[in-house]
Amino acid sequence: MIRFDSVSKTYAASRGASGHAALREASLEVAQGEVFGVIGASGAGKSTLIRLINGLELPTGGKVVVDGDDVAALDVAGLRALRRRVGMIFQHFNLLSSKTVEQNVAFPLKLAGRAPAEIKTRTAELLARVGLSDHATKYPAQLSGGQKQRVGIARALATGPKILLCDEATSALDPETTEQILALISDLNRELGLTIVLITHEMDVVRRVCDRVAVLEAGRVVEEGPVEEVFLHPASGTARRFVGEAEEASEVALPAGVLVRLTFKGEATYKPVLGAVARETGVDYSILGGRIHKLRDAPYGQLTLALTGGDIEAAIVRFEAAGVRVDRLEDAR
Amino acid sequence: MSLFANIDWSDIGFATLDTLTMLGGSMALTVILGLPLGVILFLTGKGQMLENKAAHTVLGLLVNILRSVPFVILLIVMIPLTVLLVGTSLGVAGAIPPLVVGAAPFYARLVETALREVDKGVVEASFALGGSRRQVVLGALLPEAMPGIIAGATVTAIALVSYTAMAGVVGAGGLGDLAIRFGYQRFQTDVMVVTVVVLLILVQVLQMVGDAVVRRVSHR
Repeated sequence: MIRFDSVSKTYAASRGASGHAALREASLEVAQGEVFGVIGASGAGKSTLIRLINGLELPTGGKVVVDGDDVAALDVAGLRALRRRVGMIFQHFNLLSSKTVEQNVAFPLKLAGRAPAEIKTRTAELLARVGLSDHATKYPAQLSGGQKQRVGIARALATGPKILLCDEATSALDPETTEQILALISDLNRELGLTIVLITHEMDVVRRVCDRVAVLEAGRVVEEGPVEEVFLHPASGTARRFVGEAEEASEVALPAGVLVRLTFKGEATYKPVLGAVARETGVDYSILGGRIHKLRDAPYGQLTLALTGGDIEAAIVRFEAAGVRVDRLEDAR
Repeated sequence: MSLFANIDWSDIGFATLDTLTMLGGSMALTVILGLPLGVILFLTGKGQMLENKAAHTVLGLLVNILRSVPFVILLIVMIPLTVLLVGTSLGVAGAIPPLVVGAAPFYARLVETALREVDKGVVEASFALGGSRRQVVLGALLPEAMPGIIAGATVTAIALVSYTAMAGVVGAGGLGDLAIRFGYQRFQTDVMVVTVVVLLILVQVLQMVGDAVVRRVSHR
């Protein structure tokens, strides 16, 4: 659905400052119907990446192909047509303050030159979908942040896009509202089969809604894969920082023993494996860190342990037999 | 002697009407010329849709030159051009060209400032939703800047009131003319007081109407 072929974006040098490379030979592919997250610190190139998808920015190298079109090769009319197939929502909502909720949602339809009668029914339909029918004649200033983002979503969906781009869509919202907006985004993905690309600096957002994730650092894709994989077994330093385990292993004074990380997924999460293995193999353990969470709907747990005494190799085999993944963290010492 | 011995109320009435005509005519033309000029100044600016350094610099320079000429001087310098345009440099008609030339660049700058205040995100979103440049300017940029554009018009109209009074110096008629010829040159202080009060009321009314319209179009 969306393909980046070693895409680079360099901003022209201005007044003595040298050119700035926002994206360096980034390649990735987003399949139809998936929720794809792009995570990175500010300045990593996320904003540029998402804006290359709907041609708000054009690449200086490589190729961006969206829904069959090479974005850079489109003429003005082609680009506008593409943008009607690619909705976008924003961190600060970017609603028109001079227009009512209704008029904001109708705006893209008006831009597309649809008939007034069609605009009216479609707008009502969209407002009902995001639960804002009662607020149709209010102005954005009269709404809460969550409501504004719902208007943004309704507006982005107006022209019936196949792709929805979310530019830090929940970063300006409180945790509860974030939850609601993410739930709505998930619903849209399931019900309408929308392909969703979201950029964020919050791993939590990725964990809740994304199928796959790319980790961006200084304009490069340093890691890409299923959320489960990246979240539980981050390979890059950046990904580890986002997952929040880097400090666990390195900032704590480590006790003697073999350092391992156990990952429990699905069923295994709830089994009392640890005590049983310790008794059977005579291995003693100290818990250095741990977390239990949900990835989308699946539960998982992760424990960092220092194992001492007994038959450590046998213990590891026993863990693996119980469906627990074991990673040795020798390198962390 | 009664307090307003020298006052011919019908003179005051006609002078007020002249002032209002000059104000209305020059304000209408100021908006017609200044608004597009302000929009072009904004759009050709750095990082904007029609970025064009040459055009922006030339227009900016023109606006600055016109704005830096004191209005009294402009009135006189413009006389040949005014005669060319409206056939006379006297009366209400003769006052309108210099009033417009004095006020339009001023208003253009205020429009440009109002447009700069518009959230860039809103413009970006309008493009992302499939808008053409024209649609984004007319459908998003101008409506979003409307409170500022109207507030700017109010400021300009009030500046024009004082300009019309100055225009009285070179024979434009109106309240300024009355104040100078009767109030000042014939020492009829009561005429001076009445014209000042009428001008004051005019400015007050303009400000109130302007503020009310801004409140009405502003939904921030």
